[in-house]
Amino acid sequence: MSDVAQTSKGRSDATASLPPAIELSGISKSFGPVQANKDISLTVQKGAIHGIVGENGAGKSTLMSILYGFYQADRGEIKINGKPTQIHNSDDAIAAGIGMVHQHFMLVQPFTVLENVVLGAEDGALLRPSLAKARKLLVELAHEYELEVDPDAVVEELAVGLQQRVEILKALYRSADILILDEPTGVLTPAEADHLFRILEGLKAQGKTIILITHKLREIMAITDTVSVMRRGEMTATVKTSETSPTELAELMVGRRVLLQVDKDVATPGESLLQVKDLKVTDEDGVDRLKSISLELKRGEILGVAGVAGNGQSALLEVLGGITEASGGQVILNGQPLDLLGGNDAGDRRKAGIGHVPEDRHHLGLIMKFLAWENTTFGYHGEPEFNASMGLMNQREMLEDARGKMERFDIRPPDPKLKAANFSGGNQQKIVLAREIERNPDVLLIGQPTRGVDIGAIEFIHQQIVALRDQGKAILLVSVELEEILALSDRIIVMFDGKISGERLPGETDESELGLLMAGIDPKAESAA
Amino acid sequence: MKSIPRWADLALIPFLNLFLAFFVAGLVVVFIGEDPFRAMKIMLTGALGSDYGIGYTLFYTTNFIFTGLAVAVAFHGSLFNIGGEGQAALGGVGVAVVALTLDGTHWLITFPLAILSAAIFGALWALVPAYLQAKRGSHIVITTIMFNYIGAKLLGFLMNGPLKKEGSMAPESRRFEDGAQLPFMQDIAGWFGMEMTRTPLNISFFVALICCVLVWLLIWKSKFGYELRAFGFQQPAAIYAGINPVKITVITMVVSGALAGMMALNTVMGEQQKLVLDHVQGAGFVGIAVALMGRSHPVGVLLAAILFGVLYQGGTELAFEIPAISRDMIVTIQALVILFMGALENLVRFPVEGMFARLSRGN
Repeated sequence: MSDVAQTSKGRSDATASLPPAIELSGISKSFGPVQANKDISLTVQKGAIHGIVGENGAGKSTLMSILYGFYQADRGEIKINGKPTQIHNSDDAIAAGIGMVHQHFMLVQPFTVLENVVLGAEDGALLRPSLAKARKLLVELAHEYELEVDPDAVVEELAVGLQQRVEILKALYRSADILILDEPTGVLTPAEADHLFRILEGLKAQGKTIILITHKLREIMAITDTVSVMRRGEMTATVKTSETSPTELAELMVGRRVLLQVDKDVATPGESLLQVKDLKVTDEDGVDRLKSISLELKRGEILGVAGVAGNGQSALLEVLGGITEASGGQVILNGQPLDLLGGNDAGDRRKAGIGHVPEDRHHLGLIMKFLAWENTTFGYHGEPEFNASMGLMNQREMLEDARGKMERFDIRPPDPKLKAANFSGGNQQKIVLAREIERNPDVLLIGQPTRGVDIGAIEFIHQQIVALRDQGKAILLVSVELEEILALSDRIIVMFDGKISGERLPGETDESELGLLMAGIDPKAESAA
Repeated sequence: MKSIPRWADLALIPFLNLFLAFFVAGLVVVFIGEDPFRAMKIMLTGALGSDYGIGYTLFYTTNFIFTGLAVAVAFHGSLFNIGGEGQAALGGVGVAVVALTLDGTHWLITFPLAILSAAIFGALWALVPAYLQAKRGSHIVITTIMFNYIGAKLLGFLMNGPLKKEGSMAPESRRFEDGAQLPFMQDIAGWFGMEMTRTPLNISFFVALICCVLVWLLIWKSKFGYELRAFGFQQPAAIYAGINPVKITVITMVVSGALAGMMALNTVMGEQQKLVLDHVQGAGFVGIAVALMGRSHPVGVLLAAILFGVLYQGGTELAFEIPAISRDMIVTIQALVILFMGALENLVRFPVEGMFARLSRGN
């Protein structure tokens, strides 16, 4: 805590010539029984980059959604540039000079960059004058802020980094002075993220105010001037970035000291459990997703699969999990070959002892409209204990089971009758993990276990994975976070273009070597040649 | 996420929608120079003002419960079964086959077998589109519409051939003997010493009510319903959970078709006591509106089916009492109800949600 922390009871500062860009006081918002924001006050000065960090479900996105008019606060006041402002919808927000870059872009994919920028801000019934004006402005902005994008490019053909620039341009075109970015680097490569930060610095130099929501502390330290920490709906601190440290911020976020390193013993791999030989997958469009993959998984080890997203890791998980069919090869589990050609679905894989925490919990792992208790048995709903006679389910047992899982995995709020969609990302992931881990599978496939999950939950999830390994289970871990792969794995394979481009031991490699392998370059082979 | 009290969601909003629909319908009545209040009164008393009116209303309601449930079950698997019309038509054949064979016995024997047969015929008529959807990806909306036409032609062929009454030119079967005639409501009332005016309302009304309960159990209490809803919400997740999409699609449509087919019990075995060419009379399509309005929940379907029963019976009375209001006018009023309760639902919902949001902020 430092003196920047504001009580913000509308205390006017006589010495400051400019009122703060944003002044929130006493903002509260609840969704049913869940209090997402509790009496939040925040002041951001003009021309500052302000970070907001917090665990998933801490209320960051809710607060920003209130500022952008998606939600209405139950209580509290918003002042923009010193003026009390009512924000009922995003039009009001835009009129007040607020622009938002969402985590999931709000772009019309088949439209060009120019059309997307103009969309919703056309000057009249005819498009041509608006487009001409936008084109001119886009060129100017591109020069000023390194925001080069081809105005005539179709958005769906652009890389994510460029799509994000289009989002920023959209906000600037609507003359936003305050820019909110929600987890902007989640989808970016490190180089793209660096570029984004340069853009933000440029915007700041022009007097724009920027709010950056993230849970990556490194980014906060690198770019922000001030930072606020949120925990469980409350704003626990607002400090100058230069006067704090990542450790302190992490503590403020979770309310206790967390280990950023995974605490685990050396693995003692046992017998070989899963053998994959020449596994091939060709998708419906005839594209080869997996090109002859061979690997072996032993009891008591975590095999990490690194790679840039889209290089076959997903295909590997899905074919082993029984979701898609293989086009060739062999998989042997416990000495028994698996039917890879559709005779065998995901349910059969579960019976054979393969648990699967899918990469995309929103589309695969959970039914978002199901209640928590319906989700905690999903995939295992055919088990005898969950079924009564006459085809009816034993719903009491399912509820009991859900209560137990929610308690043991500290799923918050511990209400089995809440819809899955109403849990935060980290708690949703815990629902999936609790379900898959408690079934005690021999092999657990895990994709992106901590994507969109806060630090407190990350630590918990990592502990669970290591504990499962120590029970002699085999774990196949797919993650795009190299740090996670290095911290958790006992052995690492790197995938590139549907093939395994290298295998390393975590102690004998580093991020840069893995990075080269992920690009399909094997440094060892290069030097040998 | 906006939230409003449950009673507002389930009662206030439908009521306001209904009010708007009748308001606009009233304007239409004014345009043709009639008194909308008188028309309204004739409709309501015609449908609910006497045991005669109520009997007819519930007779129509029975049809709409069956077809509404059929559409509702399919909706839960995000399948749009537009084929209720054809499935009910074929259900009639199922009823007739049993009735014509066994009408020398007792209705207590014929009825259960006719239920089964109607369900099987309806189910079979849904099975082909279901299989094509599940295995070949042929869109179920298209194929079920096509099967409505094929069903109508098939029925026409049967009515002019194998099932036609001998020595008659009319496309209808012979009348079922006593052993395949269902007790009317006035008969049932008679068993308990009560008197009721003669209407086509018959014992299949109770079958429809039982089906509401069974569908509720199926969707929300059974393992199949669990898988069906999962499949309907998120197909990829259902596959991840080991739910077989082909199996779910086929079984769902079979159940849906069976429910639609059972509608024929009411019209063929109950009302007509013979198979006629047009015994469905659009009830298959009304079922879509009923399911939409009833939010695919059996209770909602029941209430919506009663509403449409009132509209049908009241509309018939109205056309009779005020000749200027033709049958087409009645269809217009029904269309307005569907429009306001289905398509324009948000017209009322958004202001109501806004009102509750302001109220909750106020205190």
